[in-house]
Amino acid sequence: MNIEELEQIAEGVRQENAQYDYEVNVCMDLACASQGADKLREALVQAAEASGKKVLIRRTGCMGPCSHGPLIRVDHADTLYRKVNAGHAESIVNSLGGEPVPELQCDLNEHFGSQVRVVLENAGYIDPEKIEDYIARDGYKALLTVLTEMTPAGVVHRITESKLRGRGGAGYPTGLKWGTVAKASGDMKYVVCNGDEGDPGAFMDRSVMEGDPHRVIEGMAIAGYAVGAKKGFIYVRAEYPVAVSRLTTALREARRRGLLGNDICGTPFSFDIEIRLGAGAFVCGEETALIASIEGKRGTPKPRPPYPAVSGLWSKPTLINNVETFANIAPIIRNGGKWFANMGSERSKGTKVFALTGRISNTGLIEVPLGIKLRKIIEVIGGGVPGGHTFKAVQTGGPSGGCIPAEMLDIGVSYDALMAAGSIMGSGGMIVMDDTSCMVNVARFFIEFCMTESCGKCIPCRAGTAQMYTLLTRICNGTATMDDLELLENLCSTVKEASLCGLGQTAPNPVLSTLKYFRNEYIEHIVNKRCPAGVCSMETPVEVLA
Amino acid sequence: MSALTSPPLPSDDKRWKIVNGTMRKNGYARHALIETLHTVQSSFGYLDDDAIRFVARSLRVPLSQAYGVATFYHYFSLKPPGKHTVTVCAGTACYIKGADKLIAAAEKRLGIQQGQTTSDGQVSLMTARCVGACSRAPVLLCDGEVSGEMSREQMIEQLERWTVE
Repeated sequence: MNIEELEQIAEGVRQENAQYDYEVNVCMDLACASQGADKLREALVQAAEASGKKVLIRRTGCMGPCSHGPLIRVDHADTLYRKVNAGHAESIVNSLGGEPVPELQCDLNEHFGSQVRVVLENAGYIDPEKIEDYIARDGYKALLTVLTEMTPAGVVHRITESKLRGRGGAGYPTGLKWGTVAKASGDMKYVVCNGDEGDPGAFMDRSVMEGDPHRVIEGMAIAGYAVGAKKGFIYVRAEYPVAVSRLTTALREARRRGLLGNDICGTPFSFDIEIRLGAGAFVCGEETALIASIEGKRGTPKPRPPYPAVSGLWSKPTLINNVETFANIAPIIRNGGKWFANMGSERSKGTKVFALTGRISNTGLIEVPLGIKLRKIIEVIGGGVPGGHTFKAVQTGGPSGGCIPAEMLDIGVSYDALMAAGSIMGSGGMIVMDDTSCMVNVARFFIEFCMTESCGKCIPCRAGTAQMYTLLTRICNGTATMDDLELLENLCSTVKEASLCGLGQTAPNPVLSTLKYFRNEYIEHIVNKRCPAGVCSMETPVEVLA
Repeated sequence: MSALTSPPLPSDDKRWKIVNGTMRKNGYARHALIETLHTVQSSFGYLDDDAIRFVARSLRVPLSQAYGVATFYHYFSLKPPGKHTVTVCAGTACYIKGADKLIAAAEKRLGIQQGQTTSDGQVSLMTARCVGACSRAPVLLCDGEVSGEMSREQMIEQLERWTVE
């Protein structure tokens, strides 16, 4: 395989597609699939056959605005249809070449207008099970360019130049990490992709792995070349069976085309990837716990240093990056580091994919340039809070993050600004809450999550989260005192300062941020035994009969 | 591997061959423990003592480590599942949209707690951390099939269908 052959494959796809007069892309991602996208696709195929029109009907990954699903996109006009079902198939096929079907059209110009698609550039345009579709959209061009024209140091330089920061949550500079692993000595090194998207309310990585799996594989292979690793692992949640099967297919296809394996495209570089299944443990998103899990052990973290970059999987230097980080690599190589660094804010470059969910009109996946105002995401892209309710807070960063209140909506979304607001960027979950949500109850929900997910290795996290949960339960059912609140605040700082890994260190964040912005709700529960949102049921005090 | 004798299969159930296949594919390496337990669970539906013992001996992993792994990860179940399984997603987006009420309603209707199976072995009630279908919250998995925007009535209707079977 070389660049010319890659171009031939792309040309082949273009010629094949040119045989068709129309293209209809059907979103087959989980949300649309659960609403009958499969039946819709079959109906479209039948309708196309009956009409005699030459229509290419393609199954694709997530198109974004899931709340409008099932979605289809009709090319060439790039018309998006919403809430489509099998019954619409005939009128859609009939309308091809003429005027679009009016009742299915959606006005999402504002929703898409503020977005910039880098990671999701192929989402909704390619069949994830066809490597040729990926290649036709410049796929694997970056890998071949890197292998034939760039030195490993040159690749690390380009990634550093892009100022890409890890998309898993902490935002460590990717170039710096790659450089450390590249410099580490040892003949055996590993590249690990963290696809253990355990953060509840986030599904960006699932969508990327399911909708554009080759993008992750290409990013990993480039990383392998840059750091000198021959072997990679993708660690995927077992709860994502479709992602596992799509990645398995993609790996097989990449091997068949000689894009993975020995002596890739005639160069001395060899690289292959294995899939490892997670088994439902949030803590395995922490890199040292993830390594333990790949080694077949309980996922308990280890103190760092040594960092995995020096001593990781089987004590070898290991590069661990998140799915979305790897998904950014190929475009950076193709377009240059400066191109990427031109997007975003001062210290947070590029774009970020968010899973926008909760009490908001347009739920689904969005990709925005960093630095964008939170208000724009909620009000313009998200379409605001539906049902006449008022916006109360947006939760970012999952169980490690915090709630950002309405008065702070004008902050720009960046690693530093979110941190300053008491939350974190996290992997990209963004859950909108309105006046029907009780913030104390939300904090309790997250602490319950961390309590059950604590691996039990260190005491501050194991015992601390359990005690915090007890205190929060008391506040929620109206049996707490102001002393309990003080104790809760003290515990927060103990758990934060003394826990071994990120899970414990960030577990108090949802409590701290709600205490900071919604303290009155806590007080209301404790002093007046009342839940302002009407969520918590208060225990009625036992009246002693005289 | 030839020098080491593999333990005998726990029974003549053909599914053990699938389990053996996973271990062979991984060269009987110790790090294949989780992979192998996944195969056991997908073949048998759960991990019983015989299975854990067999896998531990085959991979030369201390039984304590195998048991430790089987109990550490939420995905593994040590109890046989019911004929049908209803899983309520308890992720954040589903929680915001009332998943806790769905769980409570299911517990009441089935007379069991989450994580349990009805005494007639008909229905298991489980919760999931997040199935990644957050945009359609609250989400229910009925025998693995995702249904979104679930109301209490729709869920109860499904449960009724199963319990009268």
